[in-house]
Amino acid sequence: MSAGAPRSAFVRRWPVWATLAALAVAPAVVPQFYVTLLNYIGLYSLVALGLMLLTGVAGQTSFGQAAFVGVGAYATAILTTMFGWSPWLTLLIGLLATAAIAMMLGFVTLRMSGHFLPLATIAWGISLFYLFGTLPNLGGFTGLTGIPALSIFGFELRQERHFYYLIWAIALAALWGTHNLLDSRLGRAVRALKGSLTMAEAFGVDGAKLKSIVFLYAALLACVSGWLYAHLQRFVNPTPFSLTASIEYLFMAVVGGAGNVWGAVIGATLITLLKEVLQDFLPKLLGQTGQFEVIVFGILIVVLLQRAPDGLTPLVQRLLPRRRPADPAPAPALAHRAVAAATGRPLLEVLDATKEFGGLVAVNNLSFELRQGEILGLIGPNGAGKSTMFNLISGLLPLTRGNVRFNGETISGLAPYHIAARGLARTFQHVKLIGQMSVLDNVALGAFLRTRSGVAKACLKLDGDDEARVRYLAAQQIRRVGLGAQLHDAAGSLPLGKQRVVEIARALAADPALLLLDEPAAGLRYAEKQELANLLRQLQGEGMSILLVEHDMDFVMGLTHRLVVMDFGQKLAEGLPADIQRNPAVREAYLGAA
Amino acid sequence: MNLQIAALLAQDGLTNGAIYALLALALVLVFAVTRVVFVPQGEFVAFGALSLAALQNGAVPKTIWLLLAMAVIATILELVALARRRAAARAYMLAVAGWLVAPALVAALLWFAAPLKLALGWQVCLAILSVTAIGPLLYRIAIQPVAQGSVLVLLIVAVAVHFVLGGMGLLFFGAEGSRTPAFTDAMYQLGGINVSGQSLYVYGVSALAIGGLYWAFSQTLYGKALMATAFNRVGARLVGISPNFAGALTLTVAAALGAFSGVLIGPITTVYYDSGFLVGLKGFVGAIIGGLVSYPLAAAGALLIGLIESYASFWASQYKEVIVFTLIIPVLLWRSLKTRHHEEDQ
Amino acid sequence: MTTQLAVDNVSIRYGKVEAVHRISLAVGMGQIVTVIGPNGAGKTTLLSAIMGLLPFHGEIRFEGQSLANASIEDRVENGLCLVPERRELFAEMSVADNLQLGAFCRYRRRDRTIRASLDDVYALFPRLAERREQLAGTLSGGERQMLALGRALMSKPRLLMLDEPSLGLAPRIVKEIFHTIAALQATGVSILLVEQNARVALQVADTGYVLETGELVLSGPSAELAHNPRVAQSYLGQSA
Repeated sequence: MSAGAPRSAFVRRWPVWATLAALAVAPAVVPQFYVTLLNYIGLYSLVALGLMLLTGVAGQTSFGQAAFVGVGAYATAILTTMFGWSPWLTLLIGLLATAAIAMMLGFVTLRMSGHFLPLATIAWGISLFYLFGTLPNLGGFTGLTGIPALSIFGFELRQERHFYYLIWAIALAALWGTHNLLDSRLGRAVRALKGSLTMAEAFGVDGAKLKSIVFLYAALLACVSGWLYAHLQRFVNPTPFSLTASIEYLFMAVVGGAGNVWGAVIGATLITLLKEVLQDFLPKLLGQTGQFEVIVFGILIVVLLQRAPDGLTPLVQRLLPRRRPADPAPAPALAHRAVAAATGRPLLEVLDATKEFGGLVAVNNLSFELRQGEILGLIGPNGAGKSTMFNLISGLLPLTRGNVRFNGETISGLAPYHIAARGLARTFQHVKLIGQMSVLDNVALGAFLRTRSGVAKACLKLDGDDEARVRYLAAQQIRRVGLGAQLHDAAGSLPLGKQRVVEIARALAADPALLLLDEPAAGLRYAEKQELANLLRQLQGEGMSILLVEHDMDFVMGLTHRLVVMDFGQKLAEGLPADIQRNPAVREAYLGAA
Repeated sequence: MNLQIAALLAQDGLTNGAIYALLALALVLVFAVTRVVFVPQGEFVAFGALSLAALQNGAVPKTIWLLLAMAVIATILELVALARRRAAARAYMLAVAGWLVAPALVAALLWFAAPLKLALGWQVCLAILSVTAIGPLLYRIAIQPVAQGSVLVLLIVAVAVHFVLGGMGLLFFGAEGSRTPAFTDAMYQLGGINVSGQSLYVYGVSALAIGGLYWAFSQTLYGKALMATAFNRVGARLVGISPNFAGALTLTVAAALGAFSGVLIGPITTVYYDSGFLVGLKGFVGAIIGGLVSYPLAAAGALLIGLIESYASFWASQYKEVIVFTLIIPVLLWRSLKTRHHEEDQ
Repeated sequence: MTTQLAVDNVSIRYGKVEAVHRISLAVGMGQIVTVIGPNGAGKTTLLSAIMGLLPFHGEIRFEGQSLANASIEDRVENGLCLVPERRELFAEMSVADNLQLGAFCRYRRRDRTIRASLDDVYALFPRLAERREQLAGTLSGGERQMLALGRALMSKPRLLMLDEPSLGLAPRIVKEIFHTIAALQATGVSILLVEQNARVALQVADTGYVLETGELVLSGPSAELAHNPRVAQSYLGQSA
C-alpha cells in the first residue's frame, strides 16, 4: 500500500468497485435467465483465468482445460452419487486427481521447447472425453444424475440465485489471488518466461518447473469450476468437457487478452454472450436453424483476432483511468552475499574450454582466470567467440570440452539457474528485458533468488514484507545506475543504450559475486560511457569482480586491470592493457592493420 | 486372433495409416512454412469425399458457392491492399486474374461438368480441383492478415476457420454421410491372405503422392522455395520469396492432399460433414510423433497410428479412440527424454 | 554522377525506441559507400530498413523510385539485395540449391540467363563449385560468406548491401572477399558496405559515413576520412 493518498486510490479503482457492486445486486434485480448466464460466466471465468496465466502470460497453450473441468465434475458426481461422500471431500479428491494428471502431463511436455503441451493436452482431452462416454457406470453420453446440492453451514444451495454467490465468491477470490500472483516474485518470473526463457534462467528461474507450476495452477482452477458446475447442474454428461469446450476456453483467454486478470472475465463474458446471441437471433434472422451460429461465430473470431491480436483487454484498459504507481518506500535491506576481500585468488577459472557448433570451432582450447576483485576484459574483433565464451561460463551453452570453475567448484554442466545461484549475474549483448514490464519490475526480477515466497504466499499477499524489500532494493539499484526518473516506464520504451544500463541494474539486484557484462558500452554516448566506467570502478572498489566482454578498445583500456584477447576462438594474448595495446599481433588482428 | 485376422487388420491399418500419412505430411508442411497448426485440414478431407459423392449423383458440389464467395472477398482484400501501396495497373489485372477469374473458372468447370456424370477418374480430379482452389483463398482471407502473429494467434485463427468450414460442411452436404464406390472390387490371394484391390490402390497412390511431393520439394524451384521458407524465413524473404506467396502455395498443396485423402477414404468408411476432424487429428498425432519437423518420421508415425487403431478396434472397439489418443503420451515422454532441453533463441 | 540510392532524413524506431535518427546519405551509381561505426550505432538497423525488413520514417529512393510502399520482394525484383550479418543461408540445403534460390525472382519472370549467372558465380568462387552438392550448414565461415555473396549475385543486383562481410573471417579470407567486392564494382554493381573493420572498408570505398548512436557524425571521401584524426583514433586505433 502506498502511503500517498488512500482516498484517490479508492477513487481510481472505481471500475472495479462498480463491477463488484453490480455483481452483488445482480441476482436480486435481473431475471432468472440472466442469473443463469452470469453463473456460467463465473464458471467460465475461472477456467479462462487459469488459461490466461498459462497461455497469455507463460506462453503455453493447453487444449485440455475442459477435460480438467470434467475431472472435477465427474469426481464429485461419481463419489457423491455412488458412495454418498460429502461434496467438500470430493472437491479435495478432484483437486488431487487433477494435480496428479497435470504434473504428469507437465513433466512429459514442459521440459521441451516447442509445441508439445498443446499436442499432449489435445490427445489427453480427447481420450478422457471418450472415456467419460464409454466407461460402464458413468451413464455413457447421457451422463450421471442425482448429484446432491451443496450446502454451506446447513444452508442448501438449491436455487441458482443462491449458488450464484458461491460461484462468484470463488471466482473473485481466484481473480484476486491471481492478480496478486502476477504482481509477485513468481509473477515477474512467469511474465519473463515468454519474453526470454534464457534471461529468466540466468537469474535463477527454473523455467520448466515454473511452467509446470502455472499449468498445475490453471488445471486446479478448471477443476474447481467443474466441481461447481456439477453441483449447479446436479447432473453431468461428457459434452461440456469435449475438445470443443476446451477450444472455447482458449477463445475466451485469447479474446480477453493477457496481462490483466479481468481479461479472463471479459473474454468469458464476450464468448458466452456472443454464443447466446447467435443461437438466439440468427435462426430468427435467417428463418431457419442450421450451422449458421458456428459459421458466424468462427468468422467473428477470425476478424476479431485480425483486428486485435492482443485481445480486448488492452482496448478496455485504454478507456480506463491510468494509475501512476508510487515509488517504493524505504524497506530493510535483503540479506547480502558474503564477499571475501580482494585477495587476488582465482574466482573464475576457465580451463581448456572448447565449443564446436557442427563443424565450426567457436571457442578453441581457451584458458584464463579471473582473480577476486579485479576487472578482467575479454576483447577481440566481432565474431572472435567472446559472446560464446560468455555463454559457456553462464551455462547457456554446454561446453564441448574443458572445464569452468567458480569459487573452486566446477560449474560447467550445471543449468544456468544453478550457476546463477552460486553468485554469477550477467547482462546480454542483445538486450533481454521484458519490454512491457516497468524498469522497476525488470530489475526486481534480478533479485529472484534473494527471497523465497511461493505461490500460496503470493496469492494471499503474505509476501508483502519480502516484496517491499525487493522493490526498494530494485529502486536503489536503478537510481544507482542513474535511471531513477524512469522507474515506472516500460523498459521497452527506453533508448537501447539505457536498456543496457537497466540490464546492469538487474544484474546488481542479484547481489552477485561476479558480474558478467556483455558489451555494456555498445550504443552509449561518450559521456554515458564515462559514467558507466565510473560505476564499474566504484563496484570494483566495493569488492565486486567483473568480467567485461567489450569491443570498444578505449572503454576497456582505462577500466580493466588485465585483458584477454581472443581471435578465432583462441587466446591471442593476455596481459596488462598497456602491453596489449602495443602487442603487434593484437593490432593486426583487432584493428585489421594490413 | 489367427494369422488371417491379424493380416486383415494390418491391411486395414495400413490403408488408414497411408491416408493419415498424407495428412501428416500436409500438416508438417503447413506448420513448417507458415507456423500454423492447421486444424482445418480435416475439413478438406470431408469436402473431398463429399464433393466426389455429389459428383457421383450428378450434382454440383455446393462448395463452389463458397469458392466464389471467397474469391470475391480475396479479390477485394487484394485490390484494397494494392490501392494502399499505389501499385501499377498491371498488378491489379494480375490480382483479378489470379484471385477472381481462376477460382471462377474452376467453379464454372464444375457447374458444367457435374451433370455429365463423367468417368470416376475425371470426377475424382474435379472433386480434388474444387477443394484445392479453396486452399490459397483461405490463406489470403484468414491467415495472411495475421501471418506475423504469434503461433498462438495463428492456432486460434485456424481453430476458428475449422468451425467455419465445419458449419459450411453441414450447410452444403447435409447431416447424412456418403460413401463413394470402391475404385476396384478386385481381390487377390497373397500367400493365403486375401488382399483387396482397393487397399493396394490406396497404398499405390499414397506412395505415388508421397514420391511426387518428394520430387517437387527436392527438384523444382517452387518446391525448394517452400523448403527454404520453412528453413529460414528471413533468408527466403531476402531472395525474394514472399511469405504470402509461400503460404498460399503451401495451403494449395495442403488442400490438394486433404481432398486426395478424402477421395481415398470415401470408399472405406461413410464420411460425414464432420468426419474430417477426427481423421485429420489422427494424421496430426502422426505428425506429432515426427515432432512436427521430420517428414519421414511423421509418415511412419501416421502408419503406426493406423495399425494401432486397427488392432485396438478389434480388441476393444469402444476404446479405440481412447487407446489411439492416450498412446501419444508415452511417445511424447520418449521424445522428451531423448531431446535435450535447448534454447529457443541464441 | 547519378544517385542510385538516396536516403533522406530517415529515422527508424523499434517500438518507442529510436535506433536511427534523421540520417541522410547517398550511393552514386557504381560507387562503393561504407558506413562505419561502433557496435550498437544502428548500422544494421539502417540496412534492414533500406531492405524493407523494418519500417522507417523519411524517404528512401532507389533509382528515383520511392521504397516506402515496396515489399522486400519488390526490392529484390528491382535490383536491391542485402547480404545480412548472419548470412541467413539455407543451412539444410545444398550450395547449388542456395544459389538457385538466389535467382528465384528471375526464375519467376522466366529469365533464361540464370544458368550463365550460375557459371559466373562458380567462376568467381571456384570453391563453391567444388562444394556444390555439400549442405550450406557444413561450410566453413569463409565459404559461407562466399555463398551468401554468390546467392546475392544470382539475383543480378544493381545495388548490393553488405553487412559486416569480414565478420569472423581470417585476414587472408577478408582480403579475398574485399578483392571480390572491388571486382564487383568493376562490373557496375554499386555497393553499400557496413563494416566494423574500418581500415579495410575505407581502403575499398569511395565515400564513407561514420554512424554513432544512431546519428551520422562524419562523412566524406574515404581517403579524407581515413586521415581524419577522430576516425583514426576511434576506429583505426592510431593515437591522434
